Amino acid sequence: MPEPLLNIAGLDAHYGDFQALYGIDMTVAEGEVIAIIGANGAGKTTLMRSISGLLTNAAEQVAFKGRPIGNLRADQVAYLGIALVPEGRQLFPSLSVEENLLLGGKVARPGPWSLSKVFELFPILKERRAQPSTSLSGGQQQMVAIGRALMANPELILFDEISLGLAPVIIKSIYEALPGIVGEGMTAMIVEQDISKALAVSSRVYCLQEGRVSLEGTTGTVTRDQITAAYFGVDA
Amino acid sequence: MEWINAVVQGVLLGGLYALFAAGLSLIFGVMRLVNIAHGDLIVLAAYLGLSTTMMLGVHPFVALLIVMPAMAGIGYVLQRGLLNQTLGDDILPPLLVTFGLSVIIQNALLEAYSADPLKLSGGAIETASLSVGGLAIGVLPLLTFAVAVAAIALLQWVFYATSLGRGFRAVSDNQDIAQLMGLNRAHVFGLAMALALAVTAIAGILLGVRTSFDPSVGGGRLIFGFEAVIIGGLGNLWGTLAGGVILGVAQTIGAKIDPGWQLLAGHVAFLVVLAARPNGLFPRVEH
Ligand SMILES: Nc1ncnc2c1ncn2[C@@H]1O[C@H](COP(=O)(O)OP(=O)(O)OP(=O)(O)O)[C@@H](O)[C@H]1O
Ligand SMILES: [Mg+2]
Repeated sequence: MPEPLLNIAGLDAHYGDFQALYGIDMTVAEGEVIAIIGANGAGKTTLMRSISGLLTNAAEQVAFKGRPIGNLRADQVAYLGIALVPEGRQLFPSLSVEENLLLGGKVARPGPWSLSKVFELFPILKERRAQPSTSLSGGQQQMVAIGRALMANPELILFDEISLGLAPVIIKSIYEALPGIVGEGMTAMIVEQDISKALAVSSRVYCLQEGRVSLEGTTGTVTRDQITAAYFGVDA
Repeated sequence: MEWINAVVQGVLLGGLYALFAAGLSLIFGVMRLVNIAHGDLIVLAAYLGLSTTMMLGVHPFVALLIVMPAMAGIGYVLQRGLLNQTLGDDILPPLLVTFGLSVIIQNALLEAYSADPLKLSGGAIETASLSVGGLAIGVLPLLTFAVAVAAIALLQWVFYATSLGRGFRAVSDNQDIAQLMGLNRAHVFGLAMALALAVTAIAGILLGVRTSFDPSVGGGRLIFGFEAVIIGGLGNLWGTLAGGVILGVAQTIGAKIDPGWQLLAGHVAFLVVLAARPNGLFPRVEH
């Protein structure tokens, strides 16, 4: 078996005295699309923050391309090729749409994504390029957040609840853009509350429950009952 | 005519105050740090200018070529070595540490240069003046004002038109997300302090050519800088210039009425603005 792109081994995460993740084990191979599901407070965002370096851990708890990165800062992780589309979009209000995107390109890794390529993916952003980022609608802001992450040309892109708070038609158009993104050879981890959406785009799924992995499987083989049990912690 | 003269002198004096304030404003805008030692750093720059002119025999303005990079370097090291460690959710540690720094700088200057007032010698420019419509306008104050406008225009350009400024604004907006974009906030803060102290170097040299100084005068410069920033509105550099001008005009008009009222009139103007517009005259508009 080839070396996985991302290897998480015994990952713990804490907020002060509170422990949010308990010994998470996960592997992600190159080119995979992994869905992460779980109830509110299960630890999905904490997992994303740990991988991207916003929370620091013991070095060997997170390995990227065989290299321990658990103890690196987020800016160092970004240069290695991991980008996060954060929960709640979190654009920079002082920056225009275009400036948000350009800042995403600061790490300037080589790859297919550029400002013009992002504008091709989301043409509306080109029209709005000079506007303050927070003057856009929620869906357009999400496009900026995704474009901003793509601008880094990451090898692994993490999406944390990209459909949260958006209208169904917007969610649909954003999910329609996903194949064009992962089709470029990018590996993705997608946190999603909508389970059927998560399963539709992914090849493998992990379910978290109270900070632990409660289910892992290929999307085709896990059953609804298994998911329900893993999600709520009840035996179906 | 005398009143017009007082106003013009006040406007020009406001340029110097804006230079005192620009660094404070920048630092607060980027990292929410209130630097109590800012006035002493201005005085430190004046002393560095003095040593440079004595050692190399150059004009104080030429000394800027050395003092500016030196102050920028001091700023970067100070930020990364000390001030970054004080930043966090609590506003108290940076206040206490920069207060301590202020005391340390003053004492170090006392040791090195004694308490005697000293002055930078600017030569003929100190007394040169232009006569415009019956007013005698000093070349040095005029130059100071022009430098202040240029410095603020430059800072404004850096802030809004360069990738460095984009980084400053991003880190100021959201430190975590900026970090995700590959910006190491410790380094970005270091660069911001370096830029602020480079401007402080200009302020220090112009101060030293204009008046005599001793190690204890930093506190007063800090107050003028603060007042200019607050009058103008936090986070707005052109507002800071306006704030400096208002403060300067209030002082010269106060002095015109009674020479003892100069400082008092400035403080009163500050309080009046603060009472009427607690956010200053031109606060930065948040989108
Ligand atoms: N900054 C924080 N300080 C303290 N506790 C936190 C913090 N952030 C999250 N937690 C706690 O950690 C646990 C996991 O939170 P996390 O945000 O990772 O969950 P999540 O699965 O992303 O939830 P959601 O679906 O609501 O986004 C929760 O119990 C939460 O209350
Ligand atoms: Mg979450």
